[in-house]
Amino acid sequence: MSGPSQPSQFTGAVGWIDRRLPVFSYLEKEYRQFPAPRNFNYFWNFGAIATVMLVVMMATGIVLAMQYTPHVDMAFNSVERIMRDVNNGWLLRYLHMNGASMFFIAVYIHIFRGLWYGSYKQPRELLWILGVVLLVLMMATAFMGYVLPWGQMSFWGAKVITNLFSAIPLVGDSITTWLWGGFTVDNPTLNRFFSLHYLLPFVIFGVVILHVIALHVVGSNNPLGIDPKSPRDTVPFHPYYTAKDSFGIVVFLIVYAAFVFFAPNFMGHPDNYIPADPLLTPAHIVPEWYFLPFYAILRSVDFDIWFIDAKLGGVLAMFGALVVLALAPWLDRSPVRSCRFRPVYRWFLVLLVIDLIALGYVGANAPDDEILSGLGITWLDLGHIAMPWYFIHFLVVMPLVGKFERPLPLPLSIRDAVLPTRGGAPMTTAAPSKQA
Amino acid sequence: MAETAGAHGAGSQGGDHGDEATRRDFLYLTAGAFTVIGGAVAIWPFINSMNPSADVLAAGGPVDVDLTPLEEGQAITVMWRGEPMFVRYRTQAEIEAARETPLDDLIDPQTDEERVKPGHEQYLVVRGICTHLGCVPLGQRQGDERGEYGGWYCPCHGSHYDTSGRIRRGPAPMNLIVPPYTFADDKTVVIGEEGEAAA
Repeated sequence: MSGPSQPSQFTGAVGWIDRRLPVFSYLEKEYRQFPAPRNFNYFWNFGAIATVMLVVMMATGIVLAMQYTPHVDMAFNSVERIMRDVNNGWLLRYLHMNGASMFFIAVYIHIFRGLWYGSYKQPRELLWILGVVLLVLMMATAFMGYVLPWGQMSFWGAKVITNLFSAIPLVGDSITTWLWGGFTVDNPTLNRFFSLHYLLPFVIFGVVILHVIALHVVGSNNPLGIDPKSPRDTVPFHPYYTAKDSFGIVVFLIVYAAFVFFAPNFMGHPDNYIPADPLLTPAHIVPEWYFLPFYAILRSVDFDIWFIDAKLGGVLAMFGALVVLALAPWLDRSPVRSCRFRPVYRWFLVLLVIDLIALGYVGANAPDDEILSGLGITWLDLGHIAMPWYFIHFLVVMPLVGKFERPLPLPLSIRDAVLPTRGGAPMTTAAPSKQA
Repeated sequence: MAETAGAHGAGSQGGDHGDEATRRDFLYLTAGAFTVIGGAVAIWPFINSMNPSADVLAAGGPVDVDLTPLEEGQAITVMWRGEPMFVRYRTQAEIEAARETPLDDLIDPQTDEERVKPGHEQYLVVRGICTHLGCVPLGQRQGDERGEYGGWYCPCHGSHYDTSGRIRRGPAPMNLIVPPYTFADDKTVVIGEEGEAAA
């Protein structure tokens, strides 16, 4: 007990603080020296971009909450007041509204990066699961935030989603009543959604910290999917990736600003500018675009599976879609991480992206409408193919392709692969099973 | 567990009990159990505060509906507990269509007689909430799409209900729910209060 035990590389006031609370040592180690593979491409920007979006959402959300009234009689008008009367209110609301979409764009690209380059594989399983937890928390937060303006889509979206819980056997109805705080989606529901919508971003922030800690224990993956073997394979995080991330963030913010200033309602739904009416269901209840594939999975289960009725089946499928994603580290049996060296699996992953886009269209359209008039094929028919394929990809394709695919030869090291060697072409070796 | 606790706790507990449970084991277990029970008791008010409050329950009391302005073939919608209740004055043809349907054709088999009050068969009272995901089905107003079976049609996911409010086609698992109601007299129905047994 004789004062600070850690010697610090810092002097003066910074050193005094650092010997008592090593924040500066931490920043130096984790954000300056932190050895990152030298071959990141721009896909590696999206973690930083998502973090920036989280901060933007929290900052705009906190000031919007100062003007918003969570009451069924006043919520819609208070949002309109923000749009018309509050100084810069229109800007803050459009930043928040489009920010949600941009946050999901960043996170979906970030997830795709993880799938394409095998970032979920050993030893990053827990990092991946924390990522799926973040996705679930984001979905819950976004859903409750969308309810707050109390427009038609807010109300009916809340109704449809909270009713999902009534599919739970035995206790379903008690749970929905408890969630609503009444007999239907009403004022108590709006109040608690506001409370939770304010809380959950801080929970997300906490899990992001865990996600980053887990990342800094095992280190970053890279486009080659092989581990750095010597200091020559890495560069310090600062200034190399602080600079690269900054550039990516600026480009992303330009796209974001383009939506906010020139097409602020492009990703929204016009029906949400109609005040909520419990007596009038909109012709098509459509969730925000980032939920469409999940909504399509929910709706495409319109048949009973043994003793599970269609309603419960749809709910289980929707949540199951997230569960199989979390289990990817164990479902994928290939020792090779990066799709760059997986000639077969990469095409299946492209197919999965197409499948998700197809599901997005299924979710956006009325189930019984024909895809092309006169052809006799409805969106529901497409859903009946695209929904099972999502699960087949994870439960069948991932294990089997990993087992039978012959990967391309992996480079000896990151440096050999990305820097020209003095003797000519980069060296390669065929030893895929040794890594990972 | 008893073994390790016994071995380590022997000095202070006065005597080696071997495999026997010690006083310390007992204290650990009882203290642990009471912490869990106490925690659960402390959490309950937080969870229960989210259940419907007294004013919400009071506002959910029965409502009287005057049926005098309603003519054969017409329907009205009244609000009870924040949800639409459909009251339809059915035509003779509609009643017959509902009664002639074989139970084998139904997804959720129920006779029309079970869904109305004896002596008031012309009035069908159902909760106007699709049993799939809670949308309000169409079919109350003149000119509304009523689906293949002439009852109601839910535009959200395409559920068709017949003139008894029973599910015939689509994803909904159950018939439209018949709320508790009773007839105060021939032209007044009280929704939210169970009278003589029907349903």
